[in-house]
Amino acid sequence: MTDIPMIEKLLSLTATTGFLHLTPGMLIMWAIGITLIYLAIAKEYEPLLLLPIGFGILLANLPLADLMKPDEGLLWKFYHFGIQWEIIPPLIFLGLGALTDFGPLLARPSLIFLGAGAQAGVYFTFFFAHLMGFSIQEAAGIGIIGGADGPTTIFLTTKLAPHLLGSCAVAAYSYMALVPIIQPPIMKLLTTPEERGIRMKKSRKVKPLEKLLFPIVSTLVIILLVPASAPLISMFMIGNLFREAKVVERLTHAAQNELLNIVTLFLGLPVGATMNAENFLQPRVIFIFCLGLFAFMISTATGLLLAKAMNLFLKDKINPLLGAAGVSAVPMAARVVHKMGAEADKKNYLLMYAMGPNVAGVIGTVIAAGIFLTLLG
Amino acid sequence: MSEEILAPLAGKIVKSLLKVGDKVEEDAEAFIVEAMKMETPVYVPCDGTVQSINAKVGDEVAEDDLLAVIE
Repeated sequence: MTDIPMIEKLLSLTATTGFLHLTPGMLIMWAIGITLIYLAIAKEYEPLLLLPIGFGILLANLPLADLMKPDEGLLWKFYHFGIQWEIIPPLIFLGLGALTDFGPLLARPSLIFLGAGAQAGVYFTFFFAHLMGFSIQEAAGIGIIGGADGPTTIFLTTKLAPHLLGSCAVAAYSYMALVPIIQPPIMKLLTTPEERGIRMKKSRKVKPLEKLLFPIVSTLVIILLVPASAPLISMFMIGNLFREAKVVERLTHAAQNELLNIVTLFLGLPVGATMNAENFLQPRVIFIFCLGLFAFMISTATGLLLAKAMNLFLKDKINPLLGAAGVSAVPMAARVVHKMGAEADKKNYLLMYAMGPNVAGVIGTVIAAGIFLTLLG
Repeated sequence: MSEEILAPLAGKIVKSLLKVGDKVEEDAEAFIVEAMKMETPVYVPCDGTVQSINAKVGDEVAEDDLLAVIE
């Protein structure tokens, strides 16, 4: 007779399992999470982010695990203290600044216009998204996808439209991985083979002092102009200053490696964990993905067209492909530009020239985010 | 009549396809340079014979560094 309470206990154990609480929505999210993991591992699509995001999606869609339960869940704590407190995206910028070489931009400062021009996709998409019914804050988060910058997208969406964080982040990173597919058709459409074969005139040599003053001066100028961009720009530029000062190699190395890797590790998982079934399986998510693609395409086009426009005034023509590198997927877009240039003329070495607008575009996207925050935050 | 092969961009030499004394034709591949995780070929500028090789696999080169001389 003492077996009965034991059986009851065992039966009640089964009630604590999550199986009975699974919904079809959760299973769909599992499929999405596994797809992202597959794309990350098998196709190497932005694996540093899409792998943890994919896994975070799985974790967020496990009932009763409560990993995203406010104040208690493990992943909620990562999300709250890392992302809601806006710590992780700026730290990623610290690492990126330590990795970035502004030499190609400083050697030919006019390329900064291409970095700015390619941000037009952000603004077009912002207006279009708002027309489609998204609120102004939501539209800003969707528009910034066109800046092709993951941490900036996460930073802005967390502040303005946190319920869209997962969708916007996955869209941004997916399209960054797809830049080699998205950009070439637009580049071929808007440029002639002769234009693609233009060889760049050799840039001037940049003095180390210029590379040292650049992070200091740009920090002061940009933060005075757009104070809301301070968290991201300040970290980007101090990382760059560490690198160019050359006297803090231990800090630079840590920023480029240990810090960047550790923070990247903590970035993807909570972003993925915000994508639970109720939040993600809505029609608006399809629109976000379409608008995000639209943003990338418009940015590529405006960068190319601006470069062609600049050529009307320049004696030494620039290769208009460089405009596409203003889409700040570093260095993917620069690599695509180089490949397209080499296809037109195999001795055309555009890579380092393309890095100019590529890194300028990062700053451009941060400034765009700062402007959105100032006006809408 | 000798021509230098200079590095067209900064990067790391990952392949060196010539040996001293080789007869080469213009536009043959001479080196492969890796930059930004992308491999870029460097081509022979003119017909001739390889007179000297000044860079080897693994070297980090800057733009315009001398890689080889063709006679």
